Amino acid sequence: MPFELGGETFTSRLILGTGGAANLHVLEQAIRASGTELVTVALRRVGTAPGSTGGLLELLDRCGVRLLPNTAGCHTATEAVKVARLARDAFDTDWVKLEVIGDERTLLPDGVELLRAAEELVADGFTVLPYTSDDPVLARRLADVGCAAVMPAGSPIGSGLGVGNPHHIRLIRQGVDVPVILDAGIGTASDAALAMELGCDGVLLASAVTRAADPVAMATAMRYAVEAGRLAAGAGRIERRFHALASTPDEGRPEL
Amino acid sequence: MELTVNGAGRSVAADASVADLVRDIVPHPRGVAVAVNGEVVPRTGWPARMLRDGDRVEVLTAAQGG
Repeated sequence: MPFELGGETFTSRLILGTGGAANLHVLEQAIRASGTELVTVALRRVGTAPGSTGGLLELLDRCGVRLLPNTAGCHTATEAVKVARLARDAFDTDWVKLEVIGDERTLLPDGVELLRAAEELVADGFTVLPYTSDDPVLARRLADVGCAAVMPAGSPIGSGLGVGNPHHIRLIRQGVDVPVILDAGIGTASDAALAMELGCDGVLLASAVTRAADPVAMATAMRYAVEAGRLAAGAGRIERRFHALASTPDEGRPEL
Repeated sequence: MELTVNGAGRSVAADASVADLVRDIVPHPRGVAVAVNGEVVPRTGWPARMLRDGDRVEVLTAAQGG
């Protein structure tokens, strides 16, 4: 089933970040292997950060993916709103992955600043995809102010710890009517599959692929993990049991 | 006049506009955005926006991240 996000239709439910890739060649191969159709990029001073010396936009064009600017590194609503507006001017898109960091060690979001920025950007016509914590109440507030999705962290950015609080991710899924995209903390394919099994509509990840020893192989794994998790979520899994339930009937057993 | 561009000092002609400065820094300004003294200057306003001595200019583009 296609994935509706911000009024657009996607086939892939995997969104890829570009941070951490060793070079643009590896990044391009990973993007292609992942099957993603939506890729997030940061805004930085020309000629400083990786990718900002040119070639990144052309790479995304070649891959035929849609660009999703982000406000990575912003610490206040004011700063994030400005970066979103600069990104809109630079890339001709009103989509933004809204990120407002509240703590340096965990890079967890500042919920107060995030909500403030989301409100302002929605009012300014943006399609806002906020990176949020796994707090079901904050997720609902973000959906209520008009965000096009909510993107809770499974665990801190780049930690590879997976989904720390599966119960909260389920509560978030039940509490909002917009897509839920698990963003941050994914370490390996089973983490992405779990996120989808919990009912998430998509997964956004970067480091798990870009910093893997073999990014292209991991991108392929993530592609299948997201698909597998989605299928499993809809397939009606068996109940967990304390004891065994034989899968082979007793009838017709030989007497030996 | 003296500007601060992306955190570093830079001398430009006295009558330089934002468009002139961007042209000096990037040959093809696709995917570039500019802020002057912390305020966004939209692309359409670059030619008309004259720079002033001491302006702090950020010239930004896509980078890997997020």
